[in-house]
Amino acid sequence: MNTKYSIVIAIVAIVIILGSVVAYIYLSQPSSPSAPQITLQGAGATFPYPILNAIISNYSTNVKPNVLVNYQPIGSGGGISAYKQSQATVDFAASDAPLTTADAVNLPNALHIPETIGAVTIAYNLPGISSGLHLTGKVIADIFQGTITKWNDAAIQNLNPGTNLPAESINTVHRSDGSGTTFIFTGYLSTSSASWNSSVGQGKSVSWPVGSGSSGNTGVASTVQGNPYTIGYVELAYILENNITVAAVQNPAGSWVLPSLASTQLAVQSSASSGLPTGDASWSGVSLLNTQDVNAYPIASFTYLIVYKELNVLSDMNQDKATALVQFLWYVVHDGQDLAPGLSYAKLPANVVQIDETTIRSITYNGHTLSTT
Amino acid sequence: MSAVIAASAIVILIITGYVLVSGAIPVVQRFGANFFLGSAWNPVEGREIFGALPYVVGTLVTSGIALLIGVPLSLGIAVFLVEMAPRTLRVPIGYLVELLAAVPSVIYGLWGLFIFRYWMLDYIEKPISTYLGWIPIFSGTPFGLDIFTAGVILAIMIIPTVASISKEVISAVPNSIREGAYSIGATKWEVIRHWVISYGRSGIFGAVILGLGRAVGETMAVSMLIGNATGPAAMPTSLFHPSQTMASLIANGFLEATGSLEVASYIGVGLILLIISLLINVGAGFLVHRVLKVKGGAIE
Repeated sequence: MNTKYSIVIAIVAIVIILGSVVAYIYLSQPSSPSAPQITLQGAGATFPYPILNAIISNYSTNVKPNVLVNYQPIGSGGGISAYKQSQATVDFAASDAPLTTADAVNLPNALHIPETIGAVTIAYNLPGISSGLHLTGKVIADIFQGTITKWNDAAIQNLNPGTNLPAESINTVHRSDGSGTTFIFTGYLSTSSASWNSSVGQGKSVSWPVGSGSSGNTGVASTVQGNPYTIGYVELAYILENNITVAAVQNPAGSWVLPSLASTQLAVQSSASSGLPTGDASWSGVSLLNTQDVNAYPIASFTYLIVYKELNVLSDMNQDKATALVQFLWYVVHDGQDLAPGLSYAKLPANVVQIDETTIRSITYNGHTLSTT
Repeated sequence: MSAVIAASAIVILIITGYVLVSGAIPVVQRFGANFFLGSAWNPVEGREIFGALPYVVGTLVTSGIALLIGVPLSLGIAVFLVEMAPRTLRVPIGYLVELLAAVPSVIYGLWGLFIFRYWMLDYIEKPISTYLGWIPIFSGTPFGLDIFTAGVILAIMIIPTVASISKEVISAVPNSIREGAYSIGATKWEVIRHWVISYGRSGIFGAVILGLGRAVGETMAVSMLIGNATGPAAMPTSLFHPSQTMASLIANGFLEATGSLEVASYIGVGLILLIISLLINVGAGFLVHRVLKVKGGAIE
């Protein structure tokens, strides 16, 4: 009797407490100001998250206080899955790699908007040897494939005649998690070495012949820094922020280029002037690898925002949200880029911004274009 | 009421099994038995091939190392606390040991990644490799991120579980057993070994199985320390080689998996992990009932 009574009391108490919490939340919604609160959801790559986060918070604080953008860095693959037209749960996606033909089937008429630029650096730990070890794409591919096993191998020594290379085994470190950085890096290795292309190939996650894996750019960077005679690949922002020793890679013009914001931007600028697709075309053939400029870093890449051209395919879209989204995208490629150098990202060059402007202006809702300002 | 709760546990298990099986169907259909017995793992579009055997072996090997190192230590802790330590020490030390279980596993992983790994490398792996490197199980250049380090961290993680349960089991052995043994002239060590531990052996075995369950399912700490090799390179041939467990493979690869086949392969590995965990628990229960003769007080 007592137990039943106390159970009833407990249930009633829980209902009252839950009910009051719900009522409080409901009633404390701000009464609509002149501009209604709009929430935009995005999901995708982890690489641009730092700069996208800075842009978003700047946008909400200084530009459009009634627009709240919510970006979840769940990975490029997760972002693309969340944006499939049949079951889209977000308003835009972000991906380090352009949509593949298989993805394009699930995301028809999706536009690519390059939002920032990444570069993959080759970090190494050789006691006594500072940044600037000369390496070519073919040698890097052979190292990661296991064909070159010692640091004083003739192939490496010939590129660095003045340096005393140790007779130690090379430990290679790759990414254990699937990542856009791996996608760019393996793409570079595939263009540099026919044997890499045929036996391993390009992907966000590949079957590495040798080496150990660490999680995230931080994991690879810390593994390289903590173990001598180790080599790995790390995104540009990390090595700039942490002063990690990196190699100077030879570009098609023959120069040995150290990775930096400037050499990355040159890579993008020279590629953009030689022709990039329009936003609504396929970007799967776009490559910022091995661009022509004499001082361009050869391993660079865009990271993209993916947005449907006609926004009414998203089930919970309306005119206000669509306008807010377009204005946000406009901000990302214009004023938002000013935040890039402070976070060690390269700014989009003017010719790429122009392509993005055309793309953003082509976004429609119910057939009508939207105001970008 | 309790029947409803018990039934809901079964319902959850059935739903989990159903979701995993239906998610894994594409990859099992495509590769058949090769998914369970093959070694290659290539997610590159157009060259997909998935085989989960190295990760099953990696899971069993790391858990085995964890048990080999952790169980004797835990039993030692339990025996010390119950039989030998002064009464006043028993509660604080017992509490400290149980506090090890309160540390989140990702903290173990971070500590292992930045500190413990270098201790292992410099004080244990490098000396072993120099002097005993000719033994196949110690071959290869040690790097710090390998099965051995992961196994040792797992051992540290299962010590609180196994030690606290063993401590309860051993302190539940009735004093009459001990007194009877002393009365026929047994030494303290003989009493502990032949009477106390064997009286509580089914409880201790249960504790070991709980520890094994934690070791098999542990994800974060292992994925930071095991070196994350994939494909045939992940098959553990030496303690100093990087490898991969099923849980760490899923943690590393699932988020960025594109293409339904790759996603299905990770779900398939999850299904294998679930089946192996179930088999371990069912098998252990079976062993306890049949081999160890669960009736307390059965002294051989």
